[in-house]
Formats: sequence, C-alpha cells, structure tokens
Amino acid sequence: MPRGGAKRVVVVARCALCEVVHQPRLASDGALGLMFPSGMAAQNKILLVDDDEQMLELYQTLLEQLPSRPEVQVCNSGARAIAMLESEPFTMLITDLRMPKMDGLQVLAIVRRKFPHLRLVVLTGLLDEEYRSRAYAQGVEMFWQKPGSVEDIQLFQDCIESMLDRPTQTQEGFRGVQSKSLMDIIQLECLSRGSSVLNITHGGLGGKIWIQNGEIIDAATAQMTGEEAFKEILSWKGGNFEILPADPSRARAIHLSYQGLLLDSAQALDESKGPSSSAAADAAGQTSGDAPTGLAALGRFEGVGFLLAIPPDSKAPVDSWRLENSIDVANWVRDTHNRLAQLGESLRAGEFSGAFGFGLQEHWALAAREGKGVFCAGFRPVLSQEQVEQTMKHIFDKWAS
Amino acid sequence: MGVLRKLRAGKSVLERRPSGAFTVDSQGNLVSSTVPQRVPEALTRQIGWHILAVFKGAAAVRLPFSELRVRYETFDVAAREMRGGAIIFLSPKPAPRPPAAS
Repeated sequence: MPRGGAKRVVVVARCALCEVVHQPRLASDGALGLMFPSGMAAQNKILLVDDDEQMLELYQTLLEQLPSRPEVQVCNSGARAIAMLESEPFTMLITDLRMPKMDGLQVLAIVRRKFPHLRLVVLTGLLDEEYRSRAYAQGVEMFWQKPGSVEDIQLFQDCIESMLDRPTQTQEGFRGVQSKSLMDIIQLECLSRGSSVLNITHGGLGGKIWIQNGEIIDAATAQMTGEEAFKEILSWKGGNFEILPADPSRARAIHLSYQGLLLDSAQALDESKGPSSSAAADAAGQTSGDAPTGLAALGRFEGVGFLLAIPPDSKAPVDSWRLENSIDVANWVRDTHNRLAQLGESLRAGEFSGAFGFGLQEHWALAAREGKGVFCAGFRPVLSQEQVEQTMKHIFDKWAS
Repeated sequence: MGVLRKLRAGKSVLERRPSGAFTVDSQGNLVSSTVPQRVPEALTRQIGWHILAVFKGAAAVRLPFSELRVRYETFDVAAREMRGGAIIFLSPKPAPRPPAAS
C-alpha cells in the first residue's frame, strides 16, 4: 500500500476478527500513521511471544518498521514472557495462543492480573469463535488472525501503530475482565478441551480445580478434595481466579463428566443455598446480597418465585427475597392492601383475608396480619390457582408465626 | 310487644350484601351490571375503581396479571381484566351454620 505521496488515502480498517474499526491516524501530509502526540517522548516497547522462531523474526521486523519505531523484544514461551515483563516495563504484549506448556490464554490470564495497564494483542492462526471470546474475556484489545497477505500485514501494522498511539493507563476508557460466574469460566475451559489449573480465591479462602483435556479431574479447598471440594468452590459467590499451567501429574479423583458435575453442583447449590445464591438479589438495596433467613426458608416452598415482607411502620425497611424492584412492589402492595381493606369496609364484608392475582408470567398473593405487616409472595405460573392459595396459606402462617 | 319491636328494629339493620357481576371500562365507567338495583351505583363504581387501580398498579411494577380474587371473611370479589376494563363478580359467602345442638 502506498504511503504518502500525491495520493491522500484514509484507511479505515475493520479488524476481521474483533469487528472493531481501527482508524489509523492521518498526518497533515496525508501519510498514514505518521502523527505523534507532542508529549510522546518515551519509546514504546513491544513484547512478542510465539513458539515459532521464524514468525518471531518476521513480526519483529514488521513491528520495528512502524512509524513510532517501537522497541520490539521477542521470546518463545509464556513463562519467559512473564519473566521479561517482570524485569522491565512494556507497552504492549502480542502473543500467540497455541504454545506448548503455557498457552496464550494462560499467559493472558496471568498478565492481565499482574500488569493491568499492558496492552494485549492476540496474533494467532486459530480461527475459533470460542478462543476469540475467551481472549476478549481476558481483556485483550485486539484479536488478529496471522496476516496472510500484504494488505493484511499493512492493516495489522496500522492497527498496532494506532494502539500504540492511544493514551495508556488511566487517561481514558476502562479495561478489565468481564464479570463471569465460576460456572461460565469452568465451562469455557472444558469446552475448549484444554488443560489447566484454575486457582480461585474467595476472601481468605482458596481452592484449585484441575482440568485435563476438557474434563475436571480434581478439586481441592481447605480440607476437602474431589467432588466435595468442587461443590464447595462453586458455592462461592465471588472472588478472583487465575488460570495456571496444567498439572499432568495430578491423579484423577473426579470421574463424572464436567456437564454432570456442573449440573449436580448447580442443583445442590439451588437446594441448599438457593436464596442467597440469587443473582437477582434485591437490586433496590433493601436486602443486598444477604437474603433474610426467615424469608429464605419460606422461599423453599414449591413454586415460590419471590417474597416480600412489609412491616407496619412505613419507614422501616422491607424484607425481600428474589425481588428486584422491592421498593416499587412494596409501595404497590401497601396501596393495594389499603384499597382492598377499604373496599371490604364498604361492602361490610368482614376481615380482609387475602388477595390473589393470576397472570401468564407470574401469580402473586398478599395477606396481612395486624401488628406484623403485609406479606406478599410471587409464584411461578406452573402452580394452579388452588395450589397458589394453599401455598400462600402455609407460608403466610409460618411468616406470621 | 316491646320485645318484638326491638327484634324488628334489629332485623332491619341487617342488609343483604350485593351479589352479581358488572363490567367497567378502562375509565371506571359502569358498562353493564347484574347487581341488584338496591345496591347503590356509587358502590359498584367504587369497587370498579379500586379493582382497576390494582390492575394498573401491578402492571406498573411489572407484575401484570389478568385475574384477581379477593377474599373477605364473608365475601369474595373476583375480577378479570378486559382490555383495560374489567368484569367483576361479587359473591357473598353463605353464613356459617351454627353448631348443631347435640
């Protein structure tokens, strides 16, 4: 591709894999990528990791030709790359994915944690959607298939130059790893049929899950190992993880398939800690992550979708379980209860016993007890109207007692 | 005689509770009714207005439903949402039987 000269060409490069439009800078003379920020004095340093020596040499040459003239260092293994990153600062890491011992994703996981401001680029021959997703989940900024033509090489150079030209660190934008559940991470690891060790920390607790060729072979935390440890680790709601190199010497202690294991664990989690595991725990801030134990126990009744307990004092906070908009619903429940009680007085119908709503997506019921407040429950529509009324009677009596 | 007069006076206080069904449009206007005429129209309007408010309030908090049952000690109210309006059923419960003398 001609640079500069009489022609003024603006190249807008859409990276074929990451689907991001990377726009190289256009200098005043029309030449591509020749503009540098005035304050940019320090030379950019790029670390290139690939187990293929020939590729290393080729890409080193290509990158050294960039207008910003970065310093390019190379190494042929993930472990060596990490050692180099620890010994001196780099602006960018460009890594291959398929490498022996420590693959590119493992390198990325470690690097992202240890060097959060490093720009990460994947350059690989693997054209796999899953790898791409995993790489982006690790926080890479660009996922490139190894260029196969002169045009591709030019685009690659332009994109790298454009990235080097962007402000780094905290000046603008956000970087990070997507928030994924541990189940998602394990599934990704297993689906890729890879081998690794997941090192997970949760507060002061730590655990490891060994994955060999896409199967979970063992887990360990505290005093537990095997399936018991795996289920324990999966019950943790948050923390950090890193993907360590595989440990082929680890003996297999778990023989269930990973799908079966995840299913079992999910069921066990649902049965034992359903309420507190609710990802939809009250977003309104009334109950935060800790569901009230009283409501949590009531939530174990068949078909119960949500629970809401409103104290008589309107200024007191409401308790809720698995209800996202608890404040809005609480206001509506109060209003509805007042209306229906007032209606009962107009009809001289005696004491208000309860109200039930039946919908296609959800059923609900509300009842009140003097001195205790108003109680509202949501039910899954699999329950019949009679079942809703019966279940409500049970849980309301328990709550009121 | 005085005793009978008192009994008659007491009996006249007991009113038969309304029964039947009526429909209201989305504005709460009475459209049709099988509720006896002795029941004041203002009362049926009031019932309709409250029921519609419950339906609308529920939809506003993302708890949409189409059928409502309200239980009172001596009365049931059932309602079904109809294109923004509602059909409402008023059903007095039979008075509880006195315990049989042994």
